[in-house]
Amino acid sequence: MNRREFLRTTGGAAASLGLASLIVVEPARATTPAMQEAIRKVVGGARVNAGKVKLELPPLSENGHAVPLAVRVESPMTAADHVRAIHVFTERNPQPDVATFRLGPRAGHARVATRIRLADTQTVIAISELSDGSFWSGSAEVVVTLAACLEGGP
Amino acid sequence: MATVLVNVPARARRGEIIEIKTLISHPMETGYRRSELGVPIPRDIIRKFVCTYNGTDVFSAELHPAIAANPFIVFTTIAIESGTLAFHWTGDNGFSATESATITVE
Repeated sequence: MNRREFLRTTGGAAASLGLASLIVVEPARATTPAMQEAIRKVVGGARVNAGKVKLELPPLSENGHAVPLAVRVESPMTAADHVRAIHVFTERNPQPDVATFRLGPRAGHARVATRIRLADTQTVIAISELSDGSFWSGSAEVVVTLAACLEGGP
Repeated sequence: MATVLVNVPARARRGEIIEIKTLISHPMETGYRRSELGVPIPRDIIRKFVCTYNGTDVFSAELHPAIAANPFIVFTTIAIESGTLAFHWTGDNGFSATESATITVE
């Protein structure tokens, strides 16, 4: 086997491996073990579907100490079909949990907003728990120039 | 004593979805920082926020250190009847704060 053939075969194998691992984590796009563990604690063994959840975060944040975050979930918010909870997780903060919001049909809209801390450039995931017991997720990536946690600050 | 700011519309039509904004002064000390002498600063955060509408829970939130200082929370509720919206925050070191607002529904 010459060098060219070797690269072709191993490169192909590596590419398909990479693709396989991508497909496995796709539903929640959880990439770090701590985040996967935190998500597992909330959803149990249930499947997390991608979609329905829209996570709004600025693509670039100059100050990681207070990053505006808004979550919207597509839901009619009726007694029979509503959002029970919205959980938010981060990938690279010292602790993956951010917040859990509990709402119900009396909320009218499945919509919450707050301000969060981000320790690094990373992906944030919101997982919504519906009244039928299903879980849906949405994610957003934020580039942070001044990280929270490291440079003191409030 | 924490300073609290709550924004609730004074009047609403029955069945209207109203937006509520709350802001409370609190350092939300993460527990991951160290003082200038290298001593870890213990965690001191608000853990829970609850909103009740005439005594019924309509919204709650469980907070972690990743919530920014002076927690700001925005949510919605349906104006079903005139009455009182009460807001309650609780946290580490026995932290507790309460605020309320009245709404007229016609």
